[in-house]
Amino acid sequence: MTTLARDDLTSVARDDATLRRFLHGLPGVDQVGAEGRAASLATRSIKTTAKAWAIDTAISMVDLTTLEGADTHGKVRSLCAKAARPDPSDPTAPAAAAVCVYPDLVATAVDALRGTDVQIASVATAFPSGRASLATKLHDVREAVAAGATEIDMVIDRGAFLSGRYLQVFEEIVATKAACGPAHLKVILETGELATLDNARRASWLALIAGGDFIKTSTGKVSPAATPPVALVMLEAVRDFRAITGQLRGVKLAGGIRTSKEAVRYLVMVNEVVGDEWLHPALLRFGASSLLNDLLQQRHKMTTGHYDGPDYVTVD
Amino acid sequence: MFEYAPAPESRDIARLKPSYQIFVDGRFRDGAGEAIKTINPADEEPLAEVAEAGPSDVDLAVKAARKAFDGPWGRMSGAERGKYLFRIARAIQERGRELAVLESLDNGKPIRESRDVDIPTAAAHFFYYAGWADKLGYAGFGPAPKPIGVAGQVIPWNFPLLMAAWKIAPALACGNTVVLKPAETTPLSALVLAEIIAEAELPPGVVNILAGGPSIGQAIVEHEGIDKIAFTGSTDVGKIIQRTTAGSGKRLTLELGGKAANIVFDDAPLDQAVEGIVNGIFFNQGQVCCAGSRLLVQESVADEVIDSLKRRLATLRVGSPLDKNTDVGAINSATQLARIRELTDAGAAEGATRWSPPCELPERGFWFAPTVFTDVSQAHRIAQEEIFGPVLSVLTFRTPDEAVAKANNTPYGLSAGVWTEKGSRILSMASRLRAGVVWANTFNRFDPTAPFGGYQESGFGREGGRHGLAAYLDV
Amino acid sequence: MSDRSVPTADRIDVRKTYKLYIGGAFPRSESGRSYPVQDAKGRLLAHAAQASRKDARDAVTAARSAFGKWSGATAYNRGQVLYRVAELLEGRREQFGAEVAAAEGLTSERALAQVDAAIDRWVHYAGWTDKYAQIAGSTNPVAGPYFTFSLPEPTGVVAVLAPQDSSLLGLVSVLAPVLATGNTAVVVAAQDRPLPAVSLTEVLATSDVPGGVVNLLTGFTDELAPWLASHRDVNAIDLTGAAAEARADLQAEAADNVKRVYLPRDTDWTAEPGLSRLNAFVETKTVWHPIGV
Repeated sequence: MTTLARDDLTSVARDDATLRRFLHGLPGVDQVGAEGRAASLATRSIKTTAKAWAIDTAISMVDLTTLEGADTHGKVRSLCAKAARPDPSDPTAPAAAAVCVYPDLVATAVDALRGTDVQIASVATAFPSGRASLATKLHDVREAVAAGATEIDMVIDRGAFLSGRYLQVFEEIVATKAACGPAHLKVILETGELATLDNARRASWLALIAGGDFIKTSTGKVSPAATPPVALVMLEAVRDFRAITGQLRGVKLAGGIRTSKEAVRYLVMVNEVVGDEWLHPALLRFGASSLLNDLLQQRHKMTTGHYDGPDYVTVD
Repeated sequence: MFEYAPAPESRDIARLKPSYQIFVDGRFRDGAGEAIKTINPADEEPLAEVAEAGPSDVDLAVKAARKAFDGPWGRMSGAERGKYLFRIARAIQERGRELAVLESLDNGKPIRESRDVDIPTAAAHFFYYAGWADKLGYAGFGPAPKPIGVAGQVIPWNFPLLMAAWKIAPALACGNTVVLKPAETTPLSALVLAEIIAEAELPPGVVNILAGGPSIGQAIVEHEGIDKIAFTGSTDVGKIIQRTTAGSGKRLTLELGGKAANIVFDDAPLDQAVEGIVNGIFFNQGQVCCAGSRLLVQESVADEVIDSLKRRLATLRVGSPLDKNTDVGAINSATQLARIRELTDAGAAEGATRWSPPCELPERGFWFAPTVFTDVSQAHRIAQEEIFGPVLSVLTFRTPDEAVAKANNTPYGLSAGVWTEKGSRILSMASRLRAGVVWANTFNRFDPTAPFGGYQESGFGREGGRHGLAAYLDV
Repeated sequence: MSDRSVPTADRIDVRKTYKLYIGGAFPRSESGRSYPVQDAKGRLLAHAAQASRKDARDAVTAARSAFGKWSGATAYNRGQVLYRVAELLEGRREQFGAEVAAAEGLTSERALAQVDAAIDRWVHYAGWTDKYAQIAGSTNPVAGPYFTFSLPEPTGVVAVLAPQDSSLLGLVSVLAPVLATGNTAVVVAAQDRPLPAVSLTEVLATSDVPGGVVNLLTGFTDELAPWLASHRDVNAIDLTGAAAEARADLQAEAADNVKRVYLPRDTDWTAEPGLSRLNAFVETKTVWHPIGV
């Protein structure tokens, strides 16, 4: 792979057959070995100063998310306040990286976050299923960007991917990227539906070649969502893509990450698999809702020395 | 920068005592030999004093073992013997962390390995053979196979407790009694195992544990009251034992050295192969008889694999064995360190290219940085001799035939690794490799149910699994 | 006040309600029925739940849903779990001694011997979990460039009609081998001596045996057995506890989905168990793979 030049990479998508040969020519992933490596990384013991650093770093990487049918303007405003100032009692707690909402609530978030550095992410492209015409998906994206979204989280067409229509998936990502304009594009692979680690690797490369700024594990609506072996494979893809192209692309781990312990383990994995360049919100995000409060409780524990309770962080 | 803060396991957990005694005929007492200090190889500080056995202790231990064999242990049903072994298995599980810390202190291996591999695998070994004790008639050796008698067992320092378990569990399950000698540099966990055996209330003399040096090992090997010798250690000593026991009628099993080839084909799952290479040679600082010390990589992916390997090695954490984040600990002894240095110096002198990741080694203690030699040829000493340290020799091949020829081009034959996503190739390679264990798309896997042992100068006899019973049955 | 806090000799004891055990929970029969259980001398011991066909159906559903995880657990893990059952049973040796004595009309000493043998039987089968495949499996030296091996796999959900005579040792002797090879079980307890079986489920529930792996029905064997024998999601049935005259019909019912049927050869529960019950509830799978570069 190291012999591939940047030009070769874009040319692999010239037709379906070539793209398939490229994706299926990637080295296989041995599931048992990948799970073993992920489990081994999870035994790292992160204590004291390292833990304090990791918790603050994780807070700064949270895409604080609400993606419910019952979402309202009030809910989103409350979420934005939390993202901008997660711990009202402690101004040293960092702000979250972004809020993540449905397109129709982007304007509310823009309004609520004016004057902060918190980014506004919006899911689009008929999230979470992706089952709509391309025209509808792109319209969804343009509306969100027009309303002020700075980041777009798109879903790939898993049906097309699983039936081997890789070029269709590729072209949708390219089109979505174009529709994003200046907004960053995160490509949700929904690895829980792709089922195998080989597929997670292929989908990662597909999204990276097509121009996704981030690859993202999951919508959060499908189980399993983010898992350590999947994260490992996606990080390896980002690492190898950089080796070929020199470009740094981000990874967003989303769905099912609820505890500080899990978040810190992912930071360890990122540190050891792709290196500490990626330990920055520009290249690593956690898509989560309840995770933030657990990080804050752990942060209280680090500063006070006592275990915290759920009544000492805000419910939003 | 994400700097991991120190995460030391408390050494208090080991319940280290000022002195340890040998275990003979159900009692702890000072041996007739010298009292020696066992040291922590990570800092060369003494850990405890051990009252070593003398030749007279060997005699007493053999007599006690004989008495137990002719007496209560020999008469006991398999089911009852099994329950004693289950007790030992459970006690090892219960005192797992204590044993892990003790093992890391005495041996120098990372706590991550002693905690996650050595100790649980030792417990599992007792658990597995416990279950055989009342089922020997189903093991394929006839309807009512008999034990051999008194087994003399001499074990190495690389997996002190685990090797004791590999030796004692099948011997007792089959109805033998044992006299076991742990290595001189790592006696502590075996002597705590003696405590566990005493607390499990095994009849006196069933298990005797003698700390001591080579002369005690020799006394065991030569003792006329012993019916069977089981030895794990170097090929040189194994040959001496085979000569010594010649004509004595003693049964013998040997688990000796190795120079395993770890063969990576171009269609391998490369990320996992890199992990397997690392695990193959840096697990336990490479002080493993089945270590994958020769990497044979197909030329078409050699550069890519070596680059990935170097990048991965840069993340290995070398340091205090008790730190939970340590990947590579200390070398077990000054003697072993000298041996590693001699061979690696020879490798550099013979023209191989030497590389180590940047890592700071502690000032005191026995330390050796993970090392990779590229541009190695078959004629180099580092491609032929067992280094028994964290040193990998990389060779390349072009075809499967060449891989097989190079892999088999050694007097050893303990283990081998094959990395390819093609199932038929795995089976073809497995059938052509002259090695007792072939790992495919994994390396250094051990399980009580799986037989382990070598071809050629790597020894004979198998430990583990149903086959491991044969070493302790009169068949 | 203080003198009342210490129980006196005339204290009223708290009696246990004997229930079914389905999916890790202890329900009463959905039918609301119960039946009196007497000791060997005809004195009332308790009222046990009288399970219905719907309870049997629920038990099969629970056993099926537990099958994937239990059969997929490592053999080592299953061995640890079965050994844990023996540990917990040992801790309640006296209780079971009393229950077996009452159920079977044995002296305390002979009842305790039954309990001891039952504990040892769990240990025996705990040891089989990771060895059975080593003696029942094989590599097959076929005449061609193929690697082939055969290995035993659990057959699935096994309905067990527990022996009517031996309330604990007999029960353990028929249940443990079913579990050791990775099957899940629906057990119909000895009709007239069900109480030790119910107490055994309390041991199972507090051990590491996952809910649904063992399900216990108390009630009338001849009422429940046909429903289990004809149930299409039951893979095998052990007819040990069936009345001799009912066996032919139950075998015929089992043919509907080609169930494996086990007919006991002897009922000396103190004898060495042998392999027949392990062999009865496994499938042999043969795998072929080419050998070539």
